[in-house]
Formats: sequence, structure tokens, C-alpha cells
Amino acid sequence: MAFGAFATATPVAEPAVRRRSPIALFLLLPGAAYLTLFFLVPFVSLILTSFQTPREFGDIGQYDYAFKWENYVTVVQTYWEHIIRSFGYAAAATVLALLFAYPLAYFIGVKLRRFPLWQALALTLVIAPFFISFLLRTLAWKQILSDEGPVVTILNALTILPEGAHITQTAGSVIFGLTYNFIPFMVLPIYTSLERLDLRYVEAGGDLYASPATTFLKVTLPLSLPGVVSGTLLTFIPAAGDYINASTSFLGSPETAMIGNVIEANFLQLQNYPAAAALSIILMGVILILVAAYVKRAGTEDLL
Amino acid sequence: MSTQAGAAIAETAKAVPPRTRKPFRLGVGRWGLGVYSILAFTFLLIPIVYTIVFSFNQVRRSNIVWRGFTLDNWINICEQPEVCEAFGNSILVAVISTLLATTLGTAMAIALVRYRFRFRSATTLLLFLPMATPEVVLGAGLAAQFLTAGVSKGIVTIILAHTMFCISFVVVTVRARVASLDPAIEEAGRDLYASPAQVFWRITFPLLLPGIIAAALLSFALSFDDFIITNFNSGAAVTFPKYVYTAATRGIPAQANVIASAVFLVAIIGVVIAQVSAGIRRKRLAKVS
Repeated sequence: MAFGAFATATPVAEPAVRRRSPIALFLLLPGAAYLTLFFLVPFVSLILTSFQTPREFGDIGQYDYAFKWENYVTVVQTYWEHIIRSFGYAAAATVLALLFAYPLAYFIGVKLRRFPLWQALALTLVIAPFFISFLLRTLAWKQILSDEGPVVTILNALTILPEGAHITQTAGSVIFGLTYNFIPFMVLPIYTSLERLDLRYVEAGGDLYASPATTFLKVTLPLSLPGVVSGTLLTFIPAAGDYINASTSFLGSPETAMIGNVIEANFLQLQNYPAAAALSIILMGVILILVAAYVKRAGTEDLL
Repeated sequence: MSTQAGAAIAETAKAVPPRTRKPFRLGVGRWGLGVYSILAFTFLLIPIVYTIVFSFNQVRRSNIVWRGFTLDNWINICEQPEVCEAFGNSILVAVISTLLATTLGTAMAIALVRYRFRFRSATTLLLFLPMATPEVVLGAGLAAQFLTAGVSKGIVTIILAHTMFCISFVVVTVRARVASLDPAIEEAGRDLYASPAQVFWRITFPLLLPGIIAAALLSFALSFDDFIITNFNSGAAVTFPKYVYTAATRGIPAQANVIASAVFLVAIIGVVIAQVSAGIRRKRLAKVS
């Protein structure tokens, strides 16, 4: 499973013979029932909602069950820009996070291998952002990058930044925020892959007169691919659905609104539940298709 | 070196044509990666340091400009009662959903590793999908269901939602631990006439405990920091992240920074102590063997 990368690597004991037993049912049923009731049924409920039609002579927010598939046409026509923007931003943030995280994961997983304590402390630093509120760390970036903040002041003093230009409230700052917030999700699985990398393979590459670049591309990278695949999925999926970074009170502006912002506005403010539901189903559908295609292409189907 | 060996080496040296070009090397050299990593760690820590520093700011109306050092915010944490109330709600939600999710998830993890049953792949899919679903979709789906069922949203619906998305993470974490558990130990217990309950509580549970604790901590952290799913299912109830979100437009009081900083420091100190003590234990074991 892709997310297994998070679990600590523990030696697997002799696989016990799996028995059939009524105890299994007793252990499984409560959890499975819970997930059915609060994950599966809501999902069906979301699909049903997406086809609803406004109640005749009803108030705002009152809908009746129907099969109004036109809802999907309407939301795509209205929000196609947001949909494309979401996946574009998420893809950009994923690539940036990968470029940022790979060398760091390599350093922790390979170079610090002989120093277990330092390795553990370095991993703690990587996950440290998780220990402080997601919203507050995003707000901190907003204030650091704001027009009165240190970054803009320095860039202005060096006259690098064009007159009247901002860093916040742009596509760049939203992508920056997404990248920053999901970097730990990228580092951890890549680290897990590289930690297990047998360095003798890399040595063999050098012995066979491969340049370090060739060794990296032909040996190290392929062996760490499962981690890269997990990391990119763990970054891309939440980034595509995120609406904190892109919201106007954080790093975005109305021009950077993503699909999450639109779902939130339609559900919680406009009470246009069918539109919000249809957008959610579209988001989920596109993600599932992209993930399936990506995992197939990366050749790591056993990952899931 | 014997002459024979020397001759052999000379022979190989002749056999292999000398390389015309030096292998490609990054100009940054040996220390490049280390320097990069230090810079990268610094970058990751910037907003954390910023948040902690601004918890000591002398605030007037907004906590954006630095006005000087003070301990007032740390002493009068509950001066802004809404901050404390939101924090209390977050703790309450996180504790209950952690207990629920850890119980349900641990049971499922044991069943998945130890027993054969029909619908195994369906169960695995049911556990995987919530982790692969964006939070907005999870949140909107539950909210749509509560709306249809006419359930009024509040603390209870937040707890129900958090438990749902924590279960999968608990299963993944605990399953690794169950898989590493040697069943022979439990068999020995049974051979010595221990009842199934005794085997579980005296043997299985204590051996699984590190995994269960890790899963519970993960659940707690996920629940405590969740905003998106909470926002869809909270109604009028306010958790700490939701408070920060609504306050973001009109300015966040420094007390919010205080709470976030305190939580951060407690968590990080706990993790570092755990790691250092594990390191010491490892060293001792290495000495013994």
C-alpha cells in the first residue's frame, strides 16, 4: 500500500497461517461498519446530491432528488478554470516538492545512515512543521512574504522586484504554500526507499565505470521509485483538493481560487449543494483516473 | 606487495583503456549535499520560528508588526476566551476520536494480519480509499449525509468525522506491528493453559502497545490539526484550526500563537526524548552483544 511507507520498517515475522475464525468477524465488523456508515454511504449521498434539482417554490438550499445530470455540465462550464487551475497548481507543487525533497531524503537516508541518532533527529526536523498548526504556518508565510514583510523589502531595496509587484495573492505564492505544506509527505516515503537502498549496487555502478550521474539514473533512482511514487501521490492528492493556501485570507486571491474554494463556497455559503457535490465527484473522479494511469505507468502496481 | 600481484595489477591497468574524461562530478563537491540539507532544514523551520517569536509580541490590534518582547500573552493565555474555548474543543474532539479510531483500527489490523475471511480485498479497498480521497470530498460527503439525515452539526459530528479518517491511518500503523509479532509467543501462552483473554491481555496487547501508541499519537495529531473536514461538519462549534481560519481575516490574537507554540514544544520535546532514549538503549544493547 502506498501509505505503508509511513509505517516504521519492522522485521516481518514468519507469516502465521491465516485461520478462519468467527473472531475475525468480531474484530472486523465494527470498523468496517463504521467506515461504511461514515465513508461509503456519504459518498453515495454525495453522488445523489450532485443530481438534485431545486425544489419548486422552495427556499434557498432546498433540493429534491432527481436525475439532473445537467448539474455537471453547468459546473464544468462555470468552473472549468478552477478545475484546470487546481490540477495545474497541484502538479507544479508536486514537482517542486520532489526536487526539494529528493536530495534531502538522500542525505538523511544514505549519508546519515551510520549515525542513527542524527538520522532520527533529522527526520524529526522534517516532520516538525506537522506539530504546528497548518493554518498558522501558512499565515506565517503570508506575513513573511507580504508587501511589508522582509522578503519584499529586501527585493525592493535591490530593485529586483518590479514597481508595485506583490508576492502574496499570486499563483506563485499559492504554489509555494502548497509545496511547503506537503514537503514532509514527499520526504518521508522517499527516505524510506533510500534507507533500504543497498549501497553495494551504487558501488558496483562505479566499479563498472558508470559516471555518478549514470549510476544515479540507472541504479539509485529506479530503486527509490516506489518512494517517489508514494510521495508524489501523497502530495498531489491533498494539494489538488486544498483550499487553505489558495484562499484570499491566506496566500491567494479571487484569481487563484481552486476547486476546493469553489466547493466550500457553494456548500457552506451559497447552499448550492448539488453544484458542490458535482464538483467533488469531478475532483475525485479525475484524481482516481490520474492516479491509476500514473501508478500503471510507473510500473508499481503492487504499491496499492 | 608481491611482484606477482603487482604484475597482475599492471596487467589489468593495461587491459582497461585509460578513461579520456574524468567522470561527471557536481562542482559543489563532497559538502554540497550537507550544506543543501542544512539550508533545507532552515527553510522548513522558518514559519515555525516566526510563529513562536510572534507569540512574544506586544500586540495592539493585530499581530503582524513586531512591537517588542513581552511575556503577557503566555501569562494571560485565556485573555481571549474564544481561543481557549476553541483549544478545549479541539482537545476533546481529538481525545475521543483517537480512542474510537484506535480501538476500531487495531481490531481491524489484527484481523487483517491473522485471519482469513471473505471480502478481504474489499476491506482493504475500504481502508485505502479514505486516505486517497481529498479532504474536501470527505468533508462535503459527510456534510451532505448529515444534511439528508437532518442531523444538526456540532461537536458530535466533528468527532464522527475525525474518527472516520483516522481509522485507516491506525490500521496501516498497527498492521506493521502485528506482522512483526511472532505467533509462537502466543502459542507458548496457549500451551501453558492461558485462556484466550489472558493470551490477548498478557501477551498480544503489550507486544502491540508501541504500534498502538504510535497510531494513537498519529490520530491525535491528524484530528487536532484538521481544518477542512471540520469546517464542513462543525456547524456553530469552533475548534482551534477553525478559530484561526475565521480570525485570519480580522487578525489573529497572539494567544493563538502561544497555544500553537506550546503544543509544538511539547510534541517536539516528547519526540526528541523518545529518540534519544531509544538511541541510548540501542547503544547499550550493542555493548551487551
